[in-house]
Amino acid sequence: MPIEVSGKSLETDEEGYLANINEWEPGVAEVMSKEDDLELTSEHWDIINFLREYYEEYQIAPAVRVLTKAVGKRMGKEKGNSKYLYGLFPYGPGKQACRYAGLPKPTGCV
Amino acid sequence: MAKAKFEIPELQEYLDIPEIEPGTMAHSKPYVAKPVFQIPLGFPGELVDNWQEKALDKMGDLLGKYRSLRVFLDSCVKCGACTDKCHYFLSTKDPKNMPVARQDLLRKVYRRYFTLAGKFFPKLVGAEDLTKEVLDDWYSYFHQCSQCRRCSVFCPYGIDTAEISMAAREIMDSIGVGQKYCNEIIGKVYTIGNNLGLPGRALADTLEGLEEDVYDETGVDVKFPLDQKGADILVVTPSADFFAEPHVDGLIGYAKVFHAAGVSWTLSTTASEAANFGMFIGSYENMRKVSLRVRQAALELGVKRIVFGECGHAWRVAYAFLNTLAGPFDFLDPNYPVPQHILEFTYNEIQKGTLNLDKSVNDDMVLTFHDSCNIARATRMGDKPGGQFEIPRAVIKAVCNNFVDMEPETIHDLTYCCGGGGGLLTDDLMELRVKGAQPRMTALRNVIEEQGVTHMAAICAICKSQFTKVLPYYGMDMDQIVSVHQLVSNAIILTGQRTEGDETE
Repeated sequence: MPIEVSGKSLETDEEGYLANINEWEPGVAEVMSKEDDLELTSEHWDIINFLREYYEEYQIAPAVRVLTKAVGKRMGKEKGNSKYLYGLFPYGPGKQACRYAGLPKPTGCV
Repeated sequence: MAKAKFEIPELQEYLDIPEIEPGTMAHSKPYVAKPVFQIPLGFPGELVDNWQEKALDKMGDLLGKYRSLRVFLDSCVKCGACTDKCHYFLSTKDPKNMPVARQDLLRKVYRRYFTLAGKFFPKLVGAEDLTKEVLDDWYSYFHQCSQCRRCSVFCPYGIDTAEISMAAREIMDSIGVGQKYCNEIIGKVYTIGNNLGLPGRALADTLEGLEEDVYDETGVDVKFPLDQKGADILVVTPSADFFAEPHVDGLIGYAKVFHAAGVSWTLSTTASEAANFGMFIGSYENMRKVSLRVRQAALELGVKRIVFGECGHAWRVAYAFLNTLAGPFDFLDPNYPVPQHILEFTYNEIQKGTLNLDKSVNDDMVLTFHDSCNIARATRMGDKPGGQFEIPRAVIKAVCNNFVDMEPETIHDLTYCCGGGGGLLTDDLMELRVKGAQPRMTALRNVIEEQGVTHMAAICAICKSQFTKVLPYYGMDMDQIVSVHQLVSNAIILTGQRTEGDETE
């Protein structure tokens, strides 16, 4: 089902992930989070931006440990854990945050 | 945890056999694979025009190839022993989730077209035409079987519902109706090397990060080698071990064990996946193609041994089928099992006394162990019957002071599936996964309440991910599930390791 972002219609897959990562813009995360009744704060955006940077470099979402380590380094040790990330993204940082960031869903036994 | 859009079963002390409620799970079906995920696996992109004819051709082909399938379809006497043994039936109450009823979805079509009585007197023998409704039922209910084979333990004829499910999925794939989750993943194994789609560079970066972490924690330079030619051991492990928690803590455990044992080992970029979803979809061709990568990597790297990491169905494929799929492995060292399980390796090192273990490090936990279905019912470890039950427990007990088992009818070969096995570990089946975990959650909660258990250890990537996801639905914490080698990792003291009293630099 396509989503409407700033007047454009963007294609998504069955699970609501953006079909084409190049079409991403911040409005995508805003629209998707609104559907989940989640208000994005600067803390959410820090994660989303990190995910996008990492993806650009490695063509995959970061492993949970890589993400928590990076968050811990940037935002303080007490935040460098999965609990903090699940607090921000209740459906899971890997899945929900990746979707907002326009990244493909991590697949496999995860 | 996200809010559930379905009813979560309430845990009771005992698991009652429910009254049936027809159709409660008729709506449950996973996303169908688009052509882009079908075609690379050699399947038609979408439902073919003459699908009935093609499906029956395929059924005939499988009946000819697998004698077991025909025996399973012929020999059921409807005794009912299996009916209350399936975790999905117990938790969903849907009678089509009784193993016998699930089998009958395929059996009735088999009878109609492949038996004399069914051809002439279909109504008398419960034979039915293959219609679109039947196909839809197949798609729904053969994706509500995790191929765990608990029912087959109780069947007096040994009918294996998993094999029937695999055949049904293979027939559906052959007419263009595949499951997105499994087929997309198998495609990623071919193009990138693992289920995750983790490219070599990202894998190398992840492993480097782990080396740093272990060094920071212990002060010891433990390596996580990748593509190292001439290493003795090729380690093939689920890619979830590189990515998810608590999986990665298990991987750190393997690395510490190899380090302490003083052996050289390596991971491979091209065989960076132990899982083999070809088995879940019943496709011999895909299962073989996925397996051949392991052979290829072993040859290219010139290793002497192959060790598999903590992954349930991978160990079934490795233990039971690897030699016929990708053998002969006559180029490996015949002094070691081909392949070997990481738990066998660690167990042997414990026996030899090469590992310096401090059990008390795990004293903040009381452990129990979840037997993974594929390991428990389809494989063995070590050289004695029941080794697949004893060795994991022996390793846990060697590194933990506090261990208790769950109720006997829920462990060893009677273990309950985690609820997410067999290619069902996908978000579009979340209702099925949460409900299917109920029997295991019941047994777990009982030992938590009665014996003070705090954590459950597992040796399968699917089990670990599934429990991480479903534990919160039942009021427990996601981090109550741990890897067995995570416990080993905690307890092991490496030579030169910093102790707590040491000054950190």
